[in-house]
Amino acid sequence: MSETTRTTGVSRRTLLKGTAGLAGLAAGSGAITGFPYVKSADAKVLRYLGTAVNEGDDISKQCLKDTGIKIEYITATTDDVTKRVMTQPNSFDVLDTEYFSLKKLVPSGNILALDAKKIKQFDNITPVFTKGMTPGGKKIGGQGTAPWKVLYLEGKDSKKFATSATEFVTLIPTVYNADTLGIRPDLIKRPISTWAELLNPEFKGKASILNIPSIGIMDAAMVVEATGKYKYADKGNMTKEEIDLTMKVMTEAKKAGQFRAFWKDFNESVNLMASGETVIQSMWSPAVTKVRSMGIPCTFQPLKEGYRSWASGFCVSKGVSGAKLEWAYEFVNWFLSGYAGAYLNRQGYYSAVLSTAKAHMEPYEWAYWMEGKPAEKDIKAPDGSLLEKAGAVRDGGSYEDRMGGVACWNAVMDENDYMVRKWNEFIAA
Amino acid sequence: MDTSEDILHQASPDLVRGSETKRAAKAARLSPSFISWLQAGPMMLVFLAFFLIPLVFVVIVSFWDYNEYQLLPAFSGRGYTDTFEGCIAQLPDLCTIGKTYLKTLKLCFMVWAITLFIGFWVAYFLAFHVKSKTWQMGLSLLCTIPFWTSNVIRMIAWIPLLGRNGLVNSGLMKTGVINQPLEWLLFSEFSVVLALVHLFTFFMVVPIFNSMVRIDKSLIEAAYDAGATGLQTLVNVIIPLAKPGIVIGSIFVITIVMGDFITIGVMGGQQIAAAGKIIETRVNALQFPAAAANAVILLAITFLIITMMSRIVDIKKEL
Repeated sequence: MSETTRTTGVSRRTLLKGTAGLAGLAAGSGAITGFPYVKSADAKVLRYLGTAVNEGDDISKQCLKDTGIKIEYITATTDDVTKRVMTQPNSFDVLDTEYFSLKKLVPSGNILALDAKKIKQFDNITPVFTKGMTPGGKKIGGQGTAPWKVLYLEGKDSKKFATSATEFVTLIPTVYNADTLGIRPDLIKRPISTWAELLNPEFKGKASILNIPSIGIMDAAMVVEATGKYKYADKGNMTKEEIDLTMKVMTEAKKAGQFRAFWKDFNESVNLMASGETVIQSMWSPAVTKVRSMGIPCTFQPLKEGYRSWASGFCVSKGVSGAKLEWAYEFVNWFLSGYAGAYLNRQGYYSAVLSTAKAHMEPYEWAYWMEGKPAEKDIKAPDGSLLEKAGAVRDGGSYEDRMGGVACWNAVMDENDYMVRKWNEFIAA
Repeated sequence: MDTSEDILHQASPDLVRGSETKRAAKAARLSPSFISWLQAGPMMLVFLAFFLIPLVFVVIVSFWDYNEYQLLPAFSGRGYTDTFEGCIAQLPDLCTIGKTYLKTLKLCFMVWAITLFIGFWVAYFLAFHVKSKTWQMGLSLLCTIPFWTSNVIRMIAWIPLLGRNGLVNSGLMKTGVINQPLEWLLFSEFSVVLALVHLFTFFMVVPIFNSMVRIDKSLIEAAYDAGATGLQTLVNVIIPLAKPGIVIGSIFVITIVMGDFITIGVMGGQQIAAAGKIIETRVNALQFPAAAANAVILLAITFLIITMMSRIVDIKKEL
């Protein structure tokens, strides 16, 4: 019972915080299927804290069927996940979070690294995470908090990131993607090929960025570089002068009325784009797909300066030990065994272990999502709804092309405090 | 006294049964103040545990230091000095906090003035033009309709209405009033004020209505008999007597709008500064002492406004 109540509580709070759609759906449906839970010795329950990205109902159902582990989702926004880890480390077991938050989470000591030796598929994890390369050998841009910089710890309880591989892994990789601008080709009516277009006065009042300061500023930095105004040593770790320069560009754009609204959650970005409030904005791949499935043209536009990428993975709360820790390993191993990976690939994200996901996908699906080939048959979402008609090609093409084109990674800067103050100044301007 | 005796009955039947005895009589004599404490006690405890103590913590934390991932319990004025950064150096230009509060106060004033105007007349209609108690009740309940759905849904619903391709714009374009969609209908100060007024007028209606129904109707008749015009009656009789309701309603609206960041954020496209939004940004970056310092500043300013308002009307006396 108490578990059921907790789920509902979180869903209500999440709703209040503004993550209505997806989050509410995920947490809410959890409450409906969460029949009064009878505690018995062998009931395996894991409380799973994360954003809505990985938290499909189908995933938890399949996991229960395959392993007997019952997953209870606690859904929150990226910021709130971090906040919860810092302030209530005992309120969850498994944590699903992004690599860029590790700079805050690891020193806090509230999370426990997992042992690579206990992860069956660890050696099959894509070299994107371990070497900073695509499987085809393309070097990936490493600006920002690139996962390979923070993947390993020096020791079990160490708070230092190791420079070479150890068995102590901060986050076991699960999902990642290369983000770029989403555009409405029907309203823009001309080719878009550079980040500079985001602040092009032509789209005055019709542009948008993410309302997360650390990510918003990186999008702006992509624009600054694209216009040739300045070249950053590391867009994900700016100096104070670089922050000032970038914020000045953004402030000028804001004062000129460039931005329609900033978005914070998946559905907001879909609403803005689908309603025509914006025609160009930073976006996530499944959000573009969602707009398209509403019958509205929308392109996840590859740009010559490259993608801004993000990645997330699993660790556990420091309070998890004994049998529960074993279930956590069992769950993570299950997650990498293919079903979940295929599920994520079908949404337009990428799974960490490609081989197992491939085995769970139809060859035509793999060819469309991963190889950038024209769809042989209609492409369907995990829930069976039609995403693309036969013949369509994925925006940006193959996995090699998209991940190989990554320029920088979501990050937390050393000057984060200064940047947040500058962000408030930017909003007040 | 009736109430206190009731409570006595429940609290201690023995005490009441033996009310003839001296001891009990003495107890009964002592009881009124004790009973008052008993009555106020539960609320006081809730207030203490869930308001005063947390507030003390907020003030304490606002003087702490912090780093990227934890609070450092050592005295530091950093939360405050960072907040007022540039306030002297940038003169005559306003610093971030100055601009933010100016904007917040401006929104607050607009929402207050409009909710007061609308709320006053709705209350006036309910109190003086609706004769039956049932209808008064029914119509007051109608005013609560904006609260029947969640905050988020209510605000998302404005987009199809006020958006670039929304109902209002397409209606105006079809009738030929405008050729270009009006951009300022959504994600603007206009839409923020509209949403806040829509939400909070109810908080004006209830206290003003409550004051108005308690006005002795014979006073109005007397004013009429003495030859006062409708306007004179309104200005000299009704408004002065409805003052406590007006002040209480104003306190509700002002305190809510001063601290709001959700409505201002969603309706303003996250581009309009608000005192509450600064706190939100700081909390999201895990900079709790800075957030706490901003909360203390917000509290102080709101408190100042309310003190000024209660100077105008002594609510305690008027109630």
